[in-house]
Amino acid sequence: MAGVSFKDVRKTYDNKIEVIHGVDMTIADGEFIVIVGPSGCGKSTLLRMVAGLERITGGEISIGERVVNELEPKDRDIAMVFQNYALYPHMTVYENMAYGLKIAKVPKAEIDQRVRDAAKTLELGQLLERRPRQLSGGQRQRVAMGRAIVRKPAVFLFDEPLSNLDAKLRVQMRLEIKRLQRELGVTSIYVTHDQVEAMTLADRLIVMNAGIADQIGTPMDVYDRPASVFVAGFIGSPAMNFLAGRVAEGGRAIELAGQGGARATLALARATTAAAGAAVAVGLRPEHLAPADGGPLELTVELAEPLGADSLLHGRFGESRETVTVRLPGHVRANPGETRRFTVDPGHVHLFDSQTGKRLADA
Amino acid sequence: MVENRPWLTVLSHAVVLIGLVIIAFPVWMTFVASTHDQQTMLRSPIPLLPGPHMVDNYVQILTEGYGGRFGSSKHTLELGWGPAKISITMSTIAMTMINSMIMALGITIGKIAISIIAAFAIVYFRFPFRMWFFWAIFITLMLPVEVRIVPTYGVVASLGMLDSYSGLIIPLIASATATFLFRQFFMSVPDELTEAARVDGAGPMRFFWDILLPMSRTTIAALFVIQFIYGWNQYLWPLLITTKESFYTVVMAVSRQANVVDSVPSWNLLMTMAMLAMLPPVLVVVFMQRQFVRGLVETEK
Repeated sequence: MAGVSFKDVRKTYDNKIEVIHGVDMTIADGEFIVIVGPSGCGKSTLLRMVAGLERITGGEISIGERVVNELEPKDRDIAMVFQNYALYPHMTVYENMAYGLKIAKVPKAEIDQRVRDAAKTLELGQLLERRPRQLSGGQRQRVAMGRAIVRKPAVFLFDEPLSNLDAKLRVQMRLEIKRLQRELGVTSIYVTHDQVEAMTLADRLIVMNAGIADQIGTPMDVYDRPASVFVAGFIGSPAMNFLAGRVAEGGRAIELAGQGGARATLALARATTAAAGAAVAVGLRPEHLAPADGGPLELTVELAEPLGADSLLHGRFGESRETVTVRLPGHVRANPGETRRFTVDPGHVHLFDSQTGKRLADA
Repeated sequence: MVENRPWLTVLSHAVVLIGLVIIAFPVWMTFVASTHDQQTMLRSPIPLLPGPHMVDNYVQILTEGYGGRFGSSKHTLELGWGPAKISITMSTIAMTMINSMIMALGITIGKIAISIIAAFAIVYFRFPFRMWFFWAIFITLMLPVEVRIVPTYGVVASLGMLDSYSGLIIPLIASATATFLFRQFFMSVPDELTEAARVDGAGPMRFFWDILLPMSRTTIAALFVIQFIYGWNQYLWPLLITTKESFYTVVMAVSRQANVVDSVPSWNLLMTMAMLAMLPPVLVVVFMQRQFVRGLVETEK
């Protein structure tokens, strides 16, 4: 059992291109951390640096009290679950799970005990003599997890473990991973590009963008107070709408560009620190827009998508260029060209600096 | 392909049958000749059906030998060292069969062992001139053995390896084809598997023995078949470097018997030898084919 800490961790490849630009964070013992981000953001690289599969070219990673920069993967007290399971095809399920222990020269009786315990936890008891190719995707995934569990590591590392499963199985395995992690209480780092997985599994999220940890926080924190335009757009589905606007006199309201008239002004719950007249990006989540007669936002519908539980309306506000999405509960019918008026709770208006993309602080 | 044209079916079957006859007929004639006595074989017409002397011929070849100038003497093979030494006395033909077997197995096993290790080094390790070495090996594919046979002979002779099993085997062991095949196979092994082994604590050699080698089973089986036949059918090289009968291979022996000048060749015995010479490669193909197919079926699921 141990926490993990990152101190200004950097990765530079041989061609001098830096892909991780200094990550700092401390993961508590037993915490479930999810690293989420688009492909190419460096999330897998970061995980592989913890595993010891990529060299750490700058900074320090510690597991427990130990700096692991120069340790071989086997000496780091970690276990990893790979995206394609990486089971040894010529070994049975039992042999797959026992292999690491066999190399570590654990006594036979103990290996047997540990493998059978893990098999019981994962309901693999009937499958121990099978070979990986005789298993379904979900079963293979469980064997891969079993192989990690039997090692009794200080840290579990998951590299997009569910991305090869179909949607239904993914939900099931997601719950299983969560349950297992709770039961075992092992510190876990989980990489995914799927935000639903990220939101549901994580105690804390790391949202990565182009080699930088844009935001680190609890899922609700990240959802309610995204630290940047990138995070705001990445977390939440459908994605947040962004509109160009200016801070009004007194800093307690925003005038939206391209809307004209007094109605295109959004009130803020708290005054912003930005100067009056400053250009800002206004973020509004599709689910926070509520229909209201005489509301400040007039949507010209371009397309309606009924999803059953919800309906999505796509269109534009006034003459603005940005397309926006509105999510309404239940069945809503709307014809292209129709206009509807919406309002938004002042507490749900997000403001970002239009230059840096960073969230603007409240006064 | 679903086509329903009767004449096409007839034609394609005819082509297959003609091909089969062309290929199988000489083999059939060899077999037929090995079942008659010498007089029948010297009379015209040559029989097309098996005769009654099959057992006699095979027993004679395996115990007495061919007779005549070459191959009538008995040979003693000594195995082991010191007190564990055993001697087996046998006919020349049996002796050449054993020589061929030693040579073919030596070449096959040597080739597979050396090329799998070379491919392992090239694919999994980073060292200076790695690709240079690969291309150096690869380029030897372009040169057939015959082209470099004279310098090779020179090297082997000056190393004192003439008339020895090592002289028969070692110069033929290096194989660009096998190295190349193993390299292609290793490159298709997912990186994740290598990484999983590293996380499990397997060092490079452990990874090689426990994971790479068992996974290469089908490739090894395929190469075994090809290389065994290659080794067994070697003719020019053993002809060059052996001067003692006790190192002759069976392919050489058959050819020598066919070329006798001072007497009429005993076609029946000669063909018996040819049949015996054909047997081991056929057995290897039949036996390894099963392994090979089983391996393919297993990974396919």
